[in-house]
Amino acid sequence: MTISDYTRAPSVGTEQPELAARLQKIWETAPGIGGWLSTVDHKEIGLRYIVTAFAFLILGGVEALVFRLQLSWSDRHLLNPEQYDQLFTMHGMTMIFLYAGPVLSGFSNYLWPLLLGARDMALPRLNALSYWIYLFAGIFLYAAFAIGFGPNDGWFNYVPLAARAYNGGPNIDFYALGMILLGISTTVGAVNFVVTFMRMRAPGMSINRVPILIWGTLTASMANIFAIPAVSLAFFLLWMDRNVGTHFFDTAGGGGSAMLWQHLFWMFGHPWVYAIVLPAMGMVSDGLPVFCRRPLVGYSAVALATVATMVLGFGVWVHHMFATGLPNISLSFFSAASIIIAVPSAVGVFAWLATIWTGRPVFTTPFLFFASFILLFTIGGVSGFMTGSVPVDWQLTDTYFVVAHIHYVLIGINVFPVAGAIYFWFPKFTGRMLDERLGRWNFWTMFVGFNLGFFPMHISGLLGMPRRVYTYAEGMGWDWLNLITTLGSFVFAAGVLMLIWNVLKSVRSGAIAGDNPWDAPTLEWATSSPPPPYNFVVIPTVQSRHPLWEDRLASRPDEARSHPHAGLVLEHGREAIGTDPLDAQPDIILKMPGDSYAPLVFAIAVTAIFIGLLLLAWWLVALAAVVTAATTVGWLWPERNLGETREPARD
Amino acid sequence: MTDRIALEGTLPVGAIDTRASGWWAMIFVVCTEAALFGYLLFSYFYLAVQPHAPGTFPEGGTPSLALALPNTIILLTSSVAVGWAQFNIQRDDSLRLIIGLAVAVALGVVFLIVQYFEWAQKPFTLSSTAYSSLYFVITGFHMMHVVVGVGVLATVLVWSALGYFNRVRYAPIHIGALYWHFVDAVWLAVFFTLYITPLLGLRA
Amino acid sequence: MAGASGAKASATLPLTWGVIGVSVAVMVIVAALLALAIWRRPGIALATRMAIGPDKGGTNFLWVGVGISTLALLATIVWTVKVLAEIGKPTVTPALTIEVTAHQWWWEVRYLDNDTRAIFTTANEIHIPTGTPVQFKLIGGDVIHSFWVPALAGKTDLIPGQTNEIWLEADKPGTYRGQCTEYCGLEHAKMAFVVVADTPRDFAAWRSHQIAPDVTPGGGVLASGAVYFGMKCGSCHAVRGSDAAGVLGPDLSHFATRQTIAAGVLANTPQNLSAWIDDPQGIKPGNLMQKPELSLEQRGQIVAYLETLK
Repeated sequence: MTISDYTRAPSVGTEQPELAARLQKIWETAPGIGGWLSTVDHKEIGLRYIVTAFAFLILGGVEALVFRLQLSWSDRHLLNPEQYDQLFTMHGMTMIFLYAGPVLSGFSNYLWPLLLGARDMALPRLNALSYWIYLFAGIFLYAAFAIGFGPNDGWFNYVPLAARAYNGGPNIDFYALGMILLGISTTVGAVNFVVTFMRMRAPGMSINRVPILIWGTLTASMANIFAIPAVSLAFFLLWMDRNVGTHFFDTAGGGGSAMLWQHLFWMFGHPWVYAIVLPAMGMVSDGLPVFCRRPLVGYSAVALATVATMVLGFGVWVHHMFATGLPNISLSFFSAASIIIAVPSAVGVFAWLATIWTGRPVFTTPFLFFASFILLFTIGGVSGFMTGSVPVDWQLTDTYFVVAHIHYVLIGINVFPVAGAIYFWFPKFTGRMLDERLGRWNFWTMFVGFNLGFFPMHISGLLGMPRRVYTYAEGMGWDWLNLITTLGSFVFAAGVLMLIWNVLKSVRSGAIAGDNPWDAPTLEWATSSPPPPYNFVVIPTVQSRHPLWEDRLASRPDEARSHPHAGLVLEHGREAIGTDPLDAQPDIILKMPGDSYAPLVFAIAVTAIFIGLLLLAWWLVALAAVVTAATTVGWLWPERNLGETREPARD
Repeated sequence: MTDRIALEGTLPVGAIDTRASGWWAMIFVVCTEAALFGYLLFSYFYLAVQPHAPGTFPEGGTPSLALALPNTIILLTSSVAVGWAQFNIQRDDSLRLIIGLAVAVALGVVFLIVQYFEWAQKPFTLSSTAYSSLYFVITGFHMMHVVVGVGVLATVLVWSALGYFNRVRYAPIHIGALYWHFVDAVWLAVFFTLYITPLLGLRA
Repeated sequence: MAGASGAKASATLPLTWGVIGVSVAVMVIVAALLALAIWRRPGIALATRMAIGPDKGGTNFLWVGVGISTLALLATIVWTVKVLAEIGKPTVTPALTIEVTAHQWWWEVRYLDNDTRAIFTTANEIHIPTGTPVQFKLIGGDVIHSFWVPALAGKTDLIPGQTNEIWLEADKPGTYRGQCTEYCGLEHAKMAFVVVADTPRDFAAWRSHQIAPDVTPGGGVLASGAVYFGMKCGSCHAVRGSDAAGVLGPDLSHFATRQTIAAGVLANTPQNLSAWIDDPQGIKPGNLMQKPELSLEQRGQIVAYLETLK
């Protein structure tokens, strides 16, 4: 063999129907259940992520509504303490781990290759794997709840309350193992995003030309790569303490420390908070300008602020532990860091405001969600700033003020942008528009319900109402505020139902969208709606941040133009172009994998390992580990003709 | 308009050298694994500086280097063998590739056997004290990685013997080797923490 | 939060109002800018191939906004560090040290003294003298709890395996409610206590009264109440001066002087006490106290006895 067997000069061309037909045959997933279980198409996986995350959102929401009834007035007896504890823990765990992170993974999975002008993610089979493991981890965690042993020590799961001595049931074993399993999914997904960013951008899409959503998900993924091991380790050590008698968190004289848990948990927990908001902020940064009819103000500043937030985000975990008796000098440092992290957030807020200010707003439903997000983000931000000041935090922490804060952050900065993103990208996903009229109702119901429900929590907290209480005595002055909160939460839930109703209705009967219904500037709108399995007939070439707006933006007529519909032709089997990390110059033709059952089998086997650990059934652990290893070897087995295949793919 | 799109020359096809997606993926897998060990060692140092009764951290006094030091050298030697194998496949020398990988696998297995004896002679068990839990879990995590690494090298060795690789196509070797070098490098951090820092005074 | 009645809470209050002020100002300004930005020009309808504004302008907006925000943030940091230093140490060394151990779900309160005979234990009610700092040693008895008396100071956790030291100072006499604020299991909601600030004179009187053991009644109903208490309750509860010396539950010496029972859950009245003994699991599900096997009459005698522990 010679080196020339491994090289090729791909031809250059424009979109031709016969080429599209050939690519369709090469890339399409087989029909039927087999294709459904083996597909590695990022669009299919992305949609599954979104649908699954919304299923968990509904479950977590119902849990919250139940305990909001319990808390609507003093001394209610709808729930006993054990039921309340499981419900509030399941609610937190579900929303934070099974909804907020995965829903953004879903959008990014769907959108990344389209935004980048790529055929797929860099590692399509790993992409399928991360979805399957996410699904199985979610089922694993909910199985505990279904049999009456749901996690019940809060999502933060502090020891020694979560140790065997104070929690003898299998509740925490389920939680610990489920979280480690979910961590595998998140890590696999994060690696995939980072590699996709490094290698899969369309020729010419240098790093200063990628949409902000890419920056958001990239920094979130980098954070996950470095932060997930902390929580997985913490849960593993806890599982060891509970099941094999180690002493990591043993405070009864074994030399362990309750604080070690808190450090490990929050070293993960705080970066994670940013990981579940930065991609959503990216969606706003990309979506809002479309409805302001101008590019985002301060692209570089916003991109850098995204990265800066994440880097600083690794240095503020101690602000979850201000009341644990740390020395003043360390408190001062972490207090300053926690306050200064608001600077990059301010960059975002003023960039979005300036974009609307200097643009011409188009009042669509996505615009309403994105614009209202700016206000909710600010409220969530300033309440975070308040708790960054240690003496104030000592009064506010573990009260409803912090409950208000976390919900303004997670609903304001995750759910509202996600709702806007659904209205914005639904036409691309399905080829149909969502109903705008219902969309207005949907927005205002959610907006009013959310603020009605969650703003009064700030006041309950300032009046001293502690969080995580299953009831409170009359005469504390908290009744009316709680009643309003409960009412608001039901209104908000009705708003979410309207969103779901709109999706279910419009997917069948919505107006036909066309390729680019919003006249938006980025590459996902250059292909059809919904996109074909291969995304782009030819690989686009990019010369700016706004390939579809260039003719209306160019300051000089001789500026180089992007070519969304002309470029490299890759049709020798499933192929994609690999480009270098900074300038995105092509440096390889990548052979992309076909559909495969290996990710599903691998995910089942890994889940079986965790079931074995839960039951302490070592034979099952060993058996499943062997299957996992064998699947891996089979999955990665090289192909003889991995180099150039001269003949076009078999039909 | 197509002139601006045209490429100069040709492009390699398939998983070639460090342009393979798997290579990039392994870099970030190594990052997350390194973070995992970072948190493990953080846990060690965090618990080490808590109050302990004299002589209980490390449990049974400063750990002996009698087996650990030679074993460290064995593991580092295996990395050299892998590096030699990597060097030779780029010169199209499949025989030396196979020899290098086989030697590395053998040394990896020897490391595991020595680690077994190191474990067996400890006077404490996993559940004795916080130190003993740390000792076995940290070295246990590393041993798991050695087991996986030996599996990776053995798989690549089989593929080499089946003739999949040449001086252009060798990405799987480099990817597997990257993991193995990481497993060796992280052992140095583990070895330093568990065996050297008590000598430097970090003990109760 | 609202009514600060102690040195630390008072020092924190202006800072709290300060950050609230900044926060509300930021909220109002952003809301106003947002509203203006949206409505200052008429919105346009969506169409195909609309005009696109130039990719410039607006950055001044960004830098001015970020600049002002940064100044406000830096000022807050300086103020925070200053207040933190202020409340870090009391101005005079505290003369009194109280050790508080948090249990699921009640508070054990021990008054330390160099003279071991002057050390005594009580529960769920902490008396302190006004006008002088008091030192607290906070201990986690089982899981992590958090000690919070909003009117006097912010929270400090009680963590097993470490002792956190804080100080409190009350300006004026009064009863200040406190409660656990770290989630600690089933009855986290029902783990309150009170801090009673007395004038130094009243405090001294209270303290010397507490040090003295309770007098065991000589005969009649009260005597049999004491006997039943010893039999049914004494393995968990202690009353100094009697045979009851249990340590699992709250020390009930001078029980009748306390304002609440069951860690702030009920007012200390004979009716409530009787109801509590009759059904502790109904009132506070999951707590360690099991319903003792008592006839109505025996229960009445125990209640009568406990009411004499003044």
